[in-house]
Amino acid sequence: MSVLEVKGIKKSFGSNNVLKGIDFSLEKGEVLAIIGSSGSGKTTLLRCLNFLETPDSGEIYVNGKLLLDPSRPDTMNEKDIRTKRLHFGLVFQSFNLFPQYTVIKNITLAQELLAKERPDYKADKKKILEDIYNNSIKILDRVGLLEKEKAYPCELSGGQQQRVAIARALAMRPEILCFDEPTSALDPELTGEVLKVIRGLKSSDSTMIVVTHEIEFARNVADKVIYMADGVIEEMGTPAQVIDNPQSEKAKAFLSNIFKQ
Amino acid sequence: MTFESFCNVTLSLLTAFKENVVIFVITLLCAIPLGLLMTFGSMSKFKPLKWLVRTFVWIIRGTPLMLQLFIFMYGPGLLFGIVYPDSIFGITINNRMIAALLAFIINYAAYFSEIYRGGIESIPKGQYEAGQVLGMTKSQVFFKVVLMQVVKRIVPPMGNEIITLVKDTSLARVIAVGEIMMTANEYAADGIIWPLFYTAVFFLLFCGVLTVLFSKVEKKLDYYR
Repeated sequence: MSVLEVKGIKKSFGSNNVLKGIDFSLEKGEVLAIIGSSGSGKTTLLRCLNFLETPDSGEIYVNGKLLLDPSRPDTMNEKDIRTKRLHFGLVFQSFNLFPQYTVIKNITLAQELLAKERPDYKADKKKILEDIYNNSIKILDRVGLLEKEKAYPCELSGGQQQRVAIARALAMRPEILCFDEPTSALDPELTGEVLKVIRGLKSSDSTMIVVTHEIEFARNVADKVIYMADGVIEEMGTPAQVIDNPQSEKAKAFLSNIFKQ
Repeated sequence: MTFESFCNVTLSLLTAFKENVVIFVITLLCAIPLGLLMTFGSMSKFKPLKWLVRTFVWIIRGTPLMLQLFIFMYGPGLLFGIVYPDSIFGITINNRMIAALLAFIINYAAYFSEIYRGGIESIPKGQYEAGQVLGMTKSQVFFKVVLMQVVKRIVPPMGNEIITLVKDTSLARVIAVGEIMMTANEYAADGIIWPLFYTAVFFLLFCGVLTVLFSKVEKKLDYYR
């Protein structure tokens, strides 16, 4: 069974049809790279998956379970959407760390708030908080920033901030981790460290969707590549198919333009 | 001017200045939370509430505080036959002071609410979204993520407004609250003019302390950007 199945997602803002029917599915442990020029709807698609935008129509299934279908009001309940969001994680282009908290608090905050809803929270508070802290430290170590535990975001470089943001998203243990152009706001010399961390996350049980302009990264890391243009999927397949041997004119033009640079 | 008369005047001005301080403290204590409530109203998605609060803020900010003092002094009695109580929570308080406090609290809450609104609206959307995708509720996002960032941003304009309040308290004299300017003016009426100018010292000292306090708060919040 696919971990994620997306069927016929449509979304428009006013008269602007940003997504015109998106279908794809993803197996557990797969890495999907979405490429395409700006304005093609890549970011909107990710935002729909994370419930930051509500699609006009279409269905989203995670592990075969229907999460969202705008034609069925019972899937649109505000309270449920909050818990449904936790199937997904999102790393933003602009990091969006919480500036008033230390690195470690950025990572533990949401976990602590969520733990408060557990029925055994009062009884086992100390143990629960300790587990959250240990889990967060482990993840911080995975992104290579253990020594920055007590630093504030403004004391970190852009690359380090993005690695903390990745740790923060990972700590919620999402089934599908999404990246929205994770290196686009970084200086060129800092993109490497972030891409390296993302590459390091690739494993049998973490499913990832990466919207990116880094074609080489997509070629080397992704199992599946989607090329989007004007709100539709123009090409979908392995990196070899989509990046090295595109069929559609739009994809050919887009890729040759990128390789020229 | 003898040393003795200087001491007498100082003492009587100081006693009168206590009224200014009472107006200042009670106005702050009430207007700071009331302003936040008004902010929620003026940012509400429920249109009638939003426009009601915004109209109210427009009226309060669009008319002189002096006029509002008169309205709170005479309005309730003339329009509705309401008489202010002689005591609140067992503390005796004259009705002029009640009118003054009501006018100041409502006036300053309106100004504060606009400062808060500016602060809240200046927080990037990404902060809300980051909280949401981590599974926080709307109120958790506001209180755990946004609020402290708002506080940091509004400290300078709040400091400005609060210092204005110190001096505005002297307006209470128009409804005969026995504050410092009124007391000094009584000396002037007797032909002794210098106490009027001497009042500046009280205001300056008070504002000086507040300025130092606010720069301390700003420094304290300097650890993040």
